[in-house]
Amino acid sequence: MPSVCFYFQVHQPFRIKNYRIFDIGKENEYFNDSSENDLNNRRILEKVARKSYLPANRTILELIKKHPQFKVSYSLSGVLMEQLEKFSPETLESFKELAATGNVEFLSETYYHSLSFLYSPEEFRTQVKMHQKKIQELFGQKPKIFRNTELIYNNRLAVEIEKMGYKGILAEGADHILDWRSPNFLYSPKGTKKLKVLLKNYRLSDDIAFRFSSRDWKEYPLTADKFSQWVSAVNGNGNVVNLFMDYETFGEHQWEDTGIFEFLRHLPDQILRNPDNDFVTPSEAIDRYGSVSELDVHNFISWADVERDLSAWLSNPIQHDAIKKLYDIEHLVLASKDKKLIEDWRKMQTSDHFYYMCTKWFQDGDVHKYFNPYDSPYEAFISFMNALHDLTLRATSQKGKILVS
Amino acid sequence: MFGWEFPPYNSGGLGTACLGLSRALVKENVGIIFVLPKKFNVHSSDIRIIFADQQGIKFEEIDSPIYPYVTSDKYSIEREHENNDVYGRTLLEEVRRYARSARKIAKKQKFDIIHAHDWLSFLAGIEAKKVSGKPLVVHVHATEFDRTGGQNINQNVYNIERQGMQFADKVIAVSNRTKEKIIHHYGIPAEKIEVVYNGVDREEFKALPERLYTLKKDGKKIVLYAGRITIQKGPEYFIRAAKQTLEYYPDAIFVVAGSGDMEHQMMMEAAYLGISDKVIFTGFLRGDDLSAVYQVADLYVMPSVSEPFGIAPLEALSNNTPVLISKQSGVSEVLTHALKADFWDTNEMANKIVSTLKHDSLKNTLRDNGRHDVDKLSWTESARKCINLYKQILSERQITV
Repeated sequence: MPSVCFYFQVHQPFRIKNYRIFDIGKENEYFNDSSENDLNNRRILEKVARKSYLPANRTILELIKKHPQFKVSYSLSGVLMEQLEKFSPETLESFKELAATGNVEFLSETYYHSLSFLYSPEEFRTQVKMHQKKIQELFGQKPKIFRNTELIYNNRLAVEIEKMGYKGILAEGADHILDWRSPNFLYSPKGTKKLKVLLKNYRLSDDIAFRFSSRDWKEYPLTADKFSQWVSAVNGNGNVVNLFMDYETFGEHQWEDTGIFEFLRHLPDQILRNPDNDFVTPSEAIDRYGSVSELDVHNFISWADVERDLSAWLSNPIQHDAIKKLYDIEHLVLASKDKKLIEDWRKMQTSDHFYYMCTKWFQDGDVHKYFNPYDSPYEAFISFMNALHDLTLRATSQKGKILVS
Repeated sequence: MFGWEFPPYNSGGLGTACLGLSRALVKENVGIIFVLPKKFNVHSSDIRIIFADQQGIKFEEIDSPIYPYVTSDKYSIEREHENNDVYGRTLLEEVRRYARSARKIAKKQKFDIIHAHDWLSFLAGIEAKKVSGKPLVVHVHATEFDRTGGQNINQNVYNIERQGMQFADKVIAVSNRTKEKIIHHYGIPAEKIEVVYNGVDREEFKALPERLYTLKKDGKKIVLYAGRITIQKGPEYFIRAAKQTLEYYPDAIFVVAGSGDMEHQMMMEAAYLGISDKVIFTGFLRGDDLSAVYQVADLYVMPSVSEPFGIAPLEALSNNTPVLISKQSGVSEVLTHALKADFWDTNEMANKIVSTLKHDSLKNTLRDNGRHDVDKLSWTESARKCINLYKQILSERQITV
């Protein structure tokens, strides 16, 4: 052994435009910014597709053709798939091509890449089902493995996921939950019967995702050969190396000129040079390897920031206020039966909106700044709350209509 | 050090900055002789009393028959009488007179470096350098382009500013914004200019007796403007934003704390817009009065058209009040946890004002994080930068000698 298990997260939110106080009650297209800035969803999607998704998909397809043993898995958020349909059908086609190889597994998540598990179990289940349906429609697969938004995870989630019929779940291999144990084994979440959890090897994953082009990193430059040696070193001390990362790592976070695509192109060659190594999808890993022990995660963990907790989305008063008010109107919105209204409400649940409101500038601050299309967390909050105000007015007026009829 | 005003007898940020920087320099073991023109209606003993505990600052006052700081009120009176010259012949006379006296002081006193604050003291700095041969640092807190909003530049003032910058060994600018202006309008090379941000005195927050709280009965919220009511500060944008805010948030009250040549005009503007009952003019406030008004406010707004730095937002944050500041300000370079808008974009200002009044979570997050911003801006930091600059100048001198 070990087996290498790749999972790539592919997600883009519907960003809310600068929606001002004056727009409330006048218009309700919250997501249609068409300016030259980074709130223009079409513009961002087209850019990321060109720089990242298309060349990365091409590379993966070549690799699968060259090495039939090469396997990867993806989690595409529902809002990403919608945007691909609208703005970049050719990218969607290339994912379908990958699906057709049989070497690619699609994972399950909440359609809206939301934090719904924390606020509304019912809404959570609805969104997971919506996502399953979409994956089946587009790629002809029924997902067997679940990964929650931003790898947010705890025991309760694992129990719920087992109930929903999944055989596996992904989580962050955070130091504070593993202690001396290794992320390179499978574990049984506390309270579940058969469910297994795959843990991200964050050191090796982040070597690619974050450190690849960092010139002050002592391992710079990272070659496929060197990386494969690190993977092989796990031999005898683990079953599976879980390399989980954002797909935008390829071409968007690490630009093409850093050599990231070359690295990817050579990696399977190098990994497979050691006959003990191979590639697996999460499902295959779960079928092949047993759990070594129970994993007890009482408090939520995630893959974000150094804290690996919920603080990227939920640490300051504006974040808590915004999300609470959003879920406060759940029943009002759902009772309206207004399709567009419900859809808008759900698009506002995407975790990115709350991430943009994060004010932890210190330490991970620059990462937040880098990923923030707004001038400040406060602008993100203001546009969100204005849009929510309008949405609430719409929901309330719908309620009135029902009463009248 | 040559200055023009010193608290508590100041009408603007210049005096506050001189005091803050001087105190911090003294703490860092720099001896200071602070030279001020003679105060006409102020007893010098007052100053000594205030700084009696400030070991190291010696005050030299020059006998001069003018006000220590020519307030905008005074400017406006003079402007009415002499349309052709904003400052009047008298002020320029006094600036020159101050410079002549500076020669005498420079001959008498022992010092290593001359540091002059703003154009009123630049000629004094130049003369001091001429007689002593010591290096000169001119500190630009504001340029004529900021004070006038870019219109009706007074050529005499501009000439003195440029002369000071050219004659100086180094120029200190209070922000990158000001540095750009000095390069662009005065032709000073970038490498001669050092940016030193202002700071704020980190005094413990002191809750003051409630004032104006009756205004907040019935859930009313207070939006504050505090500063001189002059073209540079953009008061008319505050009034216009107030009008727009009130359409969406009728429970807002707008307080204008300050005085200046546009005060009357602003009252008329509020009346014309039909919001006189929601706009309160308090006149000029200082000390605890000003702090109390900061504390009662739900949001402080600085809509400056051109603000080289802008200490007032730091004072507001120190008093636990969040701020909305003009993007055309130096302080916006250093404040992260502040709302920002272009001074002319009163729609955006209203959008942000309404949001802050509506959502306590926004107000609280801005307030708490804003205090962290302020904690990082100390006069000690500014003083250390000045000291490094002094050392650099002195060591360069030694090499050339």
